Amino acid sequence: MNGKAAEKHRHEALAAGHEELPRHRHVIGRTVTKILIPFIQLFGLYVIAHGELGPGGGFQGGVILGVSVMLYILVFGLKEGSRRVTTNARDLLVSAGVLIFGVIGLLSLPLGGKYLQYGALLDDPRMGNHLGIMGVEIGIGITVAAVMITLFCEIVRRDDDD
Amino acid sequence: MNKELPILIIVVPLLAAVLTPLLGKLRRELSWWAALLTTSACFVFSVLILQDVLREGKITYWLGGWRPPLGIEYVIDYLNAFVLVIVAFMAFIGAVYARSSVEQEIDGHRTPFFYAVYLLFITGLMGIVVTGDIFNIYVFLEITSIAGYALIAMGRRREALVASFNYLIVGTIGATLFLLGIGYLYLVTGTLNIADLALRLEGIYHTRAVATAFVLITVGLGIKIALFPMHAWLPNSYAFAPSVISAVMAATATKVGAYALIRIMFSVYNPEFLTAGAYNINYILLAFSGVAILAGSILAIAQKDIKKMLAYSSVGQVGYIVLGVSLMSLTGIVGSLMHILNHALMKGSLFLVVGAVVYRTGITSIEGFKGMGKKMPVSMAAFTIGALSMIGVPLTVGFVSKWYLAVASIETGMWFFVPVILVSSLLTAVYFWRVIDNIYFKPAEGDEAGRGRGHGVYGDAPGAPGVKAADAPPWMLAPTVAVALLCLVFGVYASFPVDVAEKAAGILLGEWGGLHVNN
Amino acid sequence: MMIELLLTKYNYWVCIVLMMIGLYAMMAKDNLIKKVIGLNIFQSAVLLFFISMSKIEGGTAPILMLNQQALYDNPLPQVLMLTAIVVGVSVTAVALAIIMLIYKAYGTVEENLILEMNKRNE
Repeated sequence: MNGKAAEKHRHEALAAGHEELPRHRHVIGRTVTKILIPFIQLFGLYVIAHGELGPGGGFQGGVILGVSVMLYILVFGLKEGSRRVTTNARDLLVSAGVLIFGVIGLLSLPLGGKYLQYGALLDDPRMGNHLGIMGVEIGIGITVAAVMITLFCEIVRRDDDD
Repeated sequence: MNKELPILIIVVPLLAAVLTPLLGKLRRELSWWAALLTTSACFVFSVLILQDVLREGKITYWLGGWRPPLGIEYVIDYLNAFVLVIVAFMAFIGAVYARSSVEQEIDGHRTPFFYAVYLLFITGLMGIVVTGDIFNIYVFLEITSIAGYALIAMGRRREALVASFNYLIVGTIGATLFLLGIGYLYLVTGTLNIADLALRLEGIYHTRAVATAFVLITVGLGIKIALFPMHAWLPNSYAFAPSVISAVMAATATKVGAYALIRIMFSVYNPEFLTAGAYNINYILLAFSGVAILAGSILAIAQKDIKKMLAYSSVGQVGYIVLGVSLMSLTGIVGSLMHILNHALMKGSLFLVVGAVVYRTGITSIEGFKGMGKKMPVSMAAFTIGALSMIGVPLTVGFVSKWYLAVASIETGMWFFVPVILVSSLLTAVYFWRVIDNIYFKPAEGDEAGRGRGHGVYGDAPGAPGVKAADAPPWMLAPTVAVALLCLVFGVYASFPVDVAEKAAGILLGEWGGLHVNN
Repeated sequence: MMIELLLTKYNYWVCIVLMMIGLYAMMAKDNLIKKVIGLNIFQSAVLLFFISMSKIEGGTAPILMLNQQALYDNPLPQVLMLTAIVVGVSVTAVALAIIMLIYKAYGTVEENLILEMNKRNE
């Protein structure tokens, strides 16, 4: 079994084999993407921020945020995309989102509430609920976006591989 | 802080699971320490919860302070606490054992992720056990299963991938059927809280929708616990998974599935429904369990690979658990619960020993165990204890549960299950004798033979055949011996677990007076 | 009678038909990716079952609006299915990851070929 050697070979091929898209091709796609991405992300943030008041929330918003990065990778290539959102950053974000969620939940325990009882977070339970849900939604949004990007990158990477 | 334990036992491993890969990026060993600390903390929590339950009888926890049935409620009584301690203990044992085993079997850069997924797996198991909400059971069941697929796929050989994929397909069908069953129940009652469901189902148990829901849920869980005709995913999954995962999965995953089945049979539905003449569900389950007990043992005899042999024997043991439950008597349920504990310990120790042998020699064939008694004396002693316990020799835990099951069969007039148990014990003795015979009474064949039967990938293991194999490293030996000794301890001092199991069974059966024996 | 049963309960029939299509794909297809597609269809059938049972005739989306007492659908099954969708996506992601690894290890995603290779190895 020379699985190790084969894998190393593949990794080298992977590092070298990303052909850059020629600059002059896909001009329209690139330009439109550049213009669109900020709006997509803004919409994603809007959906996250409105999670506790209307339809939407961390989940949907996170997916929209993730999609904006996927679009970038689709048009500009994985190499360029991973330069913007590195593997380390993705891993960090995946964990950070869940940690935000868990820690906000745990914060209410020493304040005399149950787990995820946001009302206990502040003196004014209404405000506590508001901010608590907002924080949790942001955590969920971060994780979902990072997970979507990670999944996409992994699948695309292996495809380039073979 | 004691009041918050039911949630801490879920949140702590969950947060640790996402922290582990980050710690692993700093230094790889930190991820193991994180897993070890977390699982030991969970074990401490579970023991404290058991203490609380023994004192107060029942603990509830309202998530977010929402009153059930609106909010999600965690409910822990004797049954949950009993299973919780077993799961947490085996998770802890697995974490200790993983240090050396995982180092060898899993690529270095993947180990932090291995521990992260391991902790997620444990989180899911604990979640199934503590929750009092039926949809929550589904979600935690899927968390466990998804983590389980990933863990099995990390096995060294490529067959592990195929085994994991098969498990994924079959397991997801099971979970989806379970979800459909929940849908039926929700359609009829409009609630998902288990206690509330039992209240609202009162009097409408025999509508067709409610009965269909039971069938869907039972089949779904039956797939997850590998009840005989639905067991096809299990042998390959256990055989090709990393050693520590085979041990922990065999000891916990199917047990927790059995717990969920018991919870639904007795807390959502009730014995009157299960024994009613229109459906005779308990007879159907009895038939399945009887077939499972015999078929599991017979299939185990046919195996050449020791991990597969142990896996098929698990299929038989699941039959024992379902048998006790479907006898619908106090003694039967006590036997089942004791068998959940016993099987976790016995199968745990057996798989851990096999993992140690794989670590030292790479051998998984039964033939390859020749002369092991001299090479790895302590591990093989642990194996022998586990094997004796599986057969059901007195003074081991296996005897206790088989005794209860046999007594329950006679009490309920199902005497024909006594020969089934006896024959199965005999068959168990047959397939374990082949191994024990090889271990102690056959000289080791030339080292060439051992190498030929090993699977090649372990050829460069530190103790590959040809080198005089020493016993397993201390981090593997200690947990193995501890579990094997517990097989003996609970075999002699069975009164404490039996006491807890009796209380649990008492609550489950409620005012149910027992089967009316008409013969 | 039969016609009536078909027409009034058509949502359940659709669920069952979808479920069976998914089950068929999982059992009869050799291509692992087709199996995953079958799995997704199978799960979607249950999602539809939950969603259709939450629907009330004439009901609107369950959003609280000022000065309006609207008849709205039961939001709980929809929220439950949001969770189930996420579970489904996770399962699909894991399945695809495993298929990619299988392709790397075996060079094919046809189950019969893979099983043949396994048998030859034994």
